[in-house]
Amino acid sequence: MNADKIFKLALYTAGLFIALLLALAFASLLYNSFPAIKQLGWHFLAGKEWNPVTEKFSAVPFAAGTLLTSILALLISLPFSLAIALFLSEYYPEGFAGRAINYMTDLLAGIPSVIFGFWGLFFLVPLVRKLEIKFGVLPYGAGIFTASLVLAVMIIPYTSSISREVMKVVPRDLKEAAYALGATKYEVIKKVILPCAASGISAGILLSFGRALGETMAVTMVIGNSNFLPKNIFSPSNTIASVIANEFTEATKNIHLSALIELGLLLFIITFAVNLAGHFIIKKLAVNGKNNI
Amino acid sequence: MENKILEIKNFYAGFGKKWILRNINLAIYKNKVTAVMGPSGCGKTTLVRCINRLHEISPQAVYKGDILLDEKSIFSVQPVKLRRKVGMVFQRPNPFPAMNIYDNVISGYILNGIKLSRREKDRIVEESLKRAYLWKEVKNELFKKGTFLSGGQQQRLCIARALAVEPEILLMDEPASALDPTATLKIEELIQGLKKKYTIIIVTHNMQQAARISDYTAFLMLGELVEYDETNRMFTRPSKKVTEDYITGRFG
Amino acid sequence: MGKITFRIYKDRAFKIAVCTLSMLSLIPLFLIIIQVILKGASAINWHFFTHLPLPPGEPGGGILNALLGTFMLIIIAVILSLPLGVLTGILLSEIDNKFTASLRILVNLLQGIPSIVIGILAYIWIVVPLRHFSAFSGGVALGLMMLPMIIKSVEETMKLIPLSLKEASFALGVNYTRTILKVILPAAAGGMASGIIIGISRIAGETAPLLFTAFGNPFLNLNPLKPVDSLPLLIFNYAMSPYAGWQRIAWGASLVLVGFVFLLNVVVKTLAERWKIKF
Repeated sequence: MNADKIFKLALYTAGLFIALLLALAFASLLYNSFPAIKQLGWHFLAGKEWNPVTEKFSAVPFAAGTLLTSILALLISLPFSLAIALFLSEYYPEGFAGRAINYMTDLLAGIPSVIFGFWGLFFLVPLVRKLEIKFGVLPYGAGIFTASLVLAVMIIPYTSSISREVMKVVPRDLKEAAYALGATKYEVIKKVILPCAASGISAGILLSFGRALGETMAVTMVIGNSNFLPKNIFSPSNTIASVIANEFTEATKNIHLSALIELGLLLFIITFAVNLAGHFIIKKLAVNGKNNI
Repeated sequence: MENKILEIKNFYAGFGKKWILRNINLAIYKNKVTAVMGPSGCGKTTLVRCINRLHEISPQAVYKGDILLDEKSIFSVQPVKLRRKVGMVFQRPNPFPAMNIYDNVISGYILNGIKLSRREKDRIVEESLKRAYLWKEVKNELFKKGTFLSGGQQQRLCIARALAVEPEILLMDEPASALDPTATLKIEELIQGLKKKYTIIIVTHNMQQAARISDYTAFLMLGELVEYDETNRMFTRPSKKVTEDYITGRFG
Repeated sequence: MGKITFRIYKDRAFKIAVCTLSMLSLIPLFLIIIQVILKGASAINWHFFTHLPLPPGEPGGGILNALLGTFMLIIIAVILSLPLGVLTGILLSEIDNKFTASLRILVNLLQGIPSIVIGILAYIWIVVPLRHFSAFSGGVALGLMMLPMIIKSVEETMKLIPLSLKEASFALGVNYTRTILKVILPAAAGGMASGIIIGISRIAGETAPLLFTAFGNPFLNLNPLKPVDSLPLLIFNYAMSPYAGWQRIAWGASLVLVGFVFLLNVVVKTLAERWKIKF
């Protein structure tokens, strides 16, 4: 009896520790960005310039870079992710083709970020440069568009696996009812499965968005590292994560370091909110699903 | 007169606000086989799970009344201690998958952290497996995983596991319901042999089985004890109309 | 009739589109693998595994420092995250109340923290108080990343263990603690091991949290309180360098890293069947 109480106490202590860890994470980021918050004030969110020499630190160029790359990556990857999800859940749920695709998306998910970056640097950057010459924009090669391409490939396994899970939950009898009425597979997918799975898929997209926002290495290697507001989608830029990766070890002034930590805090809050929203949608979905069945 | 080992007094049990068993009064006699019989949902399983206080592991479980083992309330003993005196065999065989046959038999000792000498272990394993009529079939593969045995053998392994800790009472919750007829027959023979040493309470929804193997039979319906008597008498001259209807198949 | 034929064509066209898009999305996977093999294989030989990197311009050089560093970082991360992760996983699988329900969300959010922010946290918590970069701080960062993966895999595998096993143990008079630790946990061991190996394969390739914790080190170091190199860090630093020799080493290291990650994946897939315990 006593042993059991001690054991349960240990379990709860571990759980509490995890909760405290998260709280401590927020508190440490806040505390360490305090010098920057005090000195920079609203300039951090309202200004346009990040210049360590003149001690002007604004998150805006990086927020813009982050949003642009992530949204572009989502748009590029979405048709592919949905196709894989449909392929695995509706067309080939069993058999060799399904297993092979499933295995390969797992492998894709397992490739380290730095390898994606390295590949992007040597394969995509020259390719994009050629494209830019054709379009008549400055041929940097590295830039927002290249980063989005790499990011898009990286989040495909993630979005597709969540979408697939949601599509699986669509009640079988609903699908069969539609088939029994003479609907083709395309019509069942369009009229039954996608509407049913829509909110789950949007949660999946939201969670992938959260992941794309925080992705660091691959982006750092191909985005061109420019601290100015991007002019178009081919401009070299920086995301919040990539500027931290680039400047953290080189920051010699305290205010510079503190501003970088404040960027980290901003990223922490944004991803926290995005993930929380995604999880609540999925949780609500699970509850509704139970009620429907 | 027979020796009472267990006495159930004004006992109620259920989940949340719903009683599954109502006002059960029953005495179990030593070294006899008592069958608990009745249509499904009558509370048979709940009754035996109360006797080793396994009922309480469900979060919603409630009970009132008393059960006396050797004239002492089981609710005054720690469940952990009670369960070493009252062994249990479940509907589906559930040997421990991470253990071999040998360790499964003495798992009651291993898991409770009781150290035994090698010779003692060997003796207990051999004796328990012999009592469970399994020794001959497995003596050459004692160190294989228990999950490789057939369903009937697995169930006898679970019986050996329960016997190894030397309980006074053995509860069996439809031990043959997941088994084929041959395996069932083996278990029934085994039960006959076991009653010399143990008191057995067996839940069954199969009347013929109750008639074949038990000395006493309790007939439960809708959570109440309808009739409790010697098996011979109950199956030849039931005192209640409901019992007669059930036995002759005019019911359920 | 014409309408029905049209519908069937549309159905076929859609199927072809789905299949084509699915195949297309795997092209990058093959491009990456081919490129890493083509460029990496020529760099790899015995010398590559047993020697340290050389200054730019000198031919040869190896990745011994990064191999040992990666190994060390993984060990530190596993040692730090395993006990806490297993206990929390047990808590989540065993106990259902408001606290554990919110904790489950917190674990998901912990997993969602960007790796670069994890790096900042390990910098603040470990590097600043110790006043220098170290393998230990890198291990802490990787451990933080691994923690939610371990918690989830323990929770999920333990939930798959049938209740009958727990009952069998209780019926033998075994108390709760021993039932969980000696019956349920061993039965779940295979699944948990798979989860941990997958976790290792993920952190083995992490770079961002190491940039300002483990920091990198061109020399051999086995002292956890000093900076170490790791495979992904070395790849990043050498890939971004202008020297052809260093880039060649980066490709070789990429092949080693990708090979290691894939190997772990294959191990898990093949052993998952064998470890699956029958109930």
